[in-house]
Amino acid sequence: MAAAVEMVGIEKRFPRVVANVGVNLVVEEGEIHALAGENGAGKSTLMKILCGLHAPDAGVVRIFGREVTDFRPAAAIAAGIGMVHQHFMQVPTLTVAENVVLGEEPRRGPFFDRRRAEERVAELGSRFGLPVDPRARIEDLPVGLQQRVEILKVLARGARVLILDEPTAVLTPQESESLYATLRSLKSQGRTVIFISHKLREVRAAADRLTVLRRGRTVGTVPIGEVDEAKIAEMMIGRPVLFEIEKTPAAPAGAVLEVRDLAGGRLRGVTFDVRAGEIVGVAGVEGNGQSELVEILSGLRQAGSGTARLRGRELSRAGPAAWFEAGLGVIPEDRNLRGLIGEMSVADNLILGRHRQPRYSRAGIVAGAARDADAAGLVERFDIRPADPRAEAESLSGGNRQKVVVARELSRVPGLLVAAHPTRGVDVGAIEFIHRSILAERARGAAVLLVSSELPEILALADRILVLCGGAIAGEVRGAEATERGLGVLMTGGAPA
Amino acid sequence: MTPEFIAGILTVAAPLLLAAMGGVVSERSGVVNIALEGTMLASAFAFTAVTHAFEPVGPDGRHLVDAAGAWVPFAGVAAGLACGVLVSLLHALVCIRVGANQVVSGIAINILAVGATQFACTLVFESSSNSARVASLPRWGLGAFTFTPAAWASFVAVPVVTLLLFRTVFGLRLRAVGENPDAAETLGVRPGAIRTAALALSGALAGLGGVVLAADVSQFVQNMTAGRGYIALAAVIFGKWNPWGAAAACLLFAAAEKAQVPLQGKIPPQLAQSLPYLLTILVLAGFVGRARAPAALGKPHESSR
Repeated sequence: MAAAVEMVGIEKRFPRVVANVGVNLVVEEGEIHALAGENGAGKSTLMKILCGLHAPDAGVVRIFGREVTDFRPAAAIAAGIGMVHQHFMQVPTLTVAENVVLGEEPRRGPFFDRRRAEERVAELGSRFGLPVDPRARIEDLPVGLQQRVEILKVLARGARVLILDEPTAVLTPQESESLYATLRSLKSQGRTVIFISHKLREVRAAADRLTVLRRGRTVGTVPIGEVDEAKIAEMMIGRPVLFEIEKTPAAPAGAVLEVRDLAGGRLRGVTFDVRAGEIVGVAGVEGNGQSELVEILSGLRQAGSGTARLRGRELSRAGPAAWFEAGLGVIPEDRNLRGLIGEMSVADNLILGRHRQPRYSRAGIVAGAARDADAAGLVERFDIRPADPRAEAESLSGGNRQKVVVARELSRVPGLLVAAHPTRGVDVGAIEFIHRSILAERARGAAVLLVSSELPEILALADRILVLCGGAIAGEVRGAEATERGLGVLMTGGAPA
Repeated sequence: MTPEFIAGILTVAAPLLLAAMGGVVSERSGVVNIALEGTMLASAFAFTAVTHAFEPVGPDGRHLVDAAGAWVPFAGVAAGLACGVLVSLLHALVCIRVGANQVVSGIAINILAVGATQFACTLVFESSSNSARVASLPRWGLGAFTFTPAAWASFVAVPVVTLLLFRTVFGLRLRAVGENPDAAETLGVRPGAIRTAALALSGALAGLGGVVLAADVSQFVQNMTAGRGYIALAAVIFGKWNPWGAAAACLLFAAAEKAQVPLQGKIPPQLAQSLPYLLTILVLAGFVGRARAPAALGKPHESSR
């Protein structure tokens, strides 16, 4: 029997980058096949070729044994391919039913038959065990349900092969579990699933087989039982990855940041110090005051009450400029919103906030030479890819965008580094790099406040861990003594074990 | 409120309504249509010139305006519609095919329309300021409420455009393309084709608006639209991109314009003339609230292939 999908020798070049060079992928019918690789390895390009959004420059694509000659979305849909994009392809102002049937709407004369569309969607939902209200507006639904609508949409088009691009990137852990169950149920109904991921745990949990891409090439395809997470990471990066980071004992000196009874928004009065040469982790379920804490400590929000002293200066109501002047470096929670200006070049982003320093501008005119020279140095030191300081920040992958932010903030040589979710949505290679950079800051003598919802990250890096619950500090644990379970109990409001 | 006063408001509102409906259709599909103004003006001229061309000519070479057949001004209406579609397709060519900035294209078309109509007016009527009087459209209706068929069409346009946008398959696709053309494209809907069709329709509606203007006075006057296309566009925004909302805004404009006439002489004329605009600003600030534009409005769609 022919494979569900067979892609041989695929090549695709874009004006600035080569996305695929000689990629091979074989997906058998009725399996869950993971496609893994670092950001920018060419996974998304390959899948866009399969679903007809790009035409390959070279190579052969066969779907259920039939060679594809017409690379258009409609042809791919007709061949049984359905793609669930990472950024959902939905019209938020339309209803679930309208989104699902768009492009092949039931008609009554020239009119749109809304009732029949709603019935069709409800029937589809019950057949595949994916219930959702057909009349709800997309923009009113939680992300997990929006994704369900996306899956329904491709099933409605008779998809036999479903492609999911980083499906869990936007989901909570519970929603992810429910997605895996959905995928298994689709498999039991004879559908084939391809999902793109760079999360090792998830690949192990959900897939039958795995194909790894690296820098536009296929590294190999393996049954999931034959590889462990370390092996997958090595295939993705091309060298062994150290999950356990070696950490020397902390040698903290005097307090750099002194926070006393600080409150604002959901934050209800917290008191702690961060000393030079130590990493203080802030753990907690999201929405328990972490965002407010980070915003106050970077001058984006005025504290309601309490004080925050950085190197002795009281700044709880000061703006960002005062904080930076006192020696702050910050990796913000949302790098696209607050960390970068997408339309500007990497070099311009690297001097943001320092553009008025005499080194970078004189009388309001940017000193291009100094900026470019420093940018080239940072791009090399932080291994930002593509290694082109003139590239638009927006054109970079998530991991490389975050490296730009980290590079800028660390090049300030901050006395206090506030890092909020520094590795969110970043691939394994970049995670390792960012963790090393944070540890290097500690070794240099910086005070580091690490806010993260990833407990393994906090456990790996922090010397002391503060647990936020309901806007207050529910407990403090020494890094060496902390366990995921113990922190979990504190995070959900239980007494320390 | 006499019937005459209400009929007067409707007469002022008719061309605005048509242009505003054209604006709703275009903007809902994601294309800013500042070219409404130029489209109206060009169509007003096309109506006048073609009506003029079909009038019988006497032995002395003079046009026998009142001896023209009843069908003659309707040929002018057809020309106005066709002209509107053509001007709009030019806008479509520039913004959809080439992907140029929609505002710049619209402004260019508006400037072009002023110059081109003046030039053509000189050629046809030997005067750049106004045309000769041309054959009139009939007036239909009862009592004070008698309007040209073109004006009647403007009242029908509002429910028709509402039906089109919210009840037909084409309307669903049009709104989808205006919000997220990438999503529509992955489902096999062609955003470029939908937007081109929307612009053609928008041009026909705005063109008919221009015809109403010219037919009211049975002649073309230089720059006779006098910003009505822009006002219609403003009405679209005040009406939150909804046909009924835009229609209400047009009626408000028209009412304010009629209301200034009895006030003239009592207050300074400049103040009276600015009344419609002042009222608009007040209404906007006071009642309308935050409106949300179609998400993809003004953004050229680049097919990913």
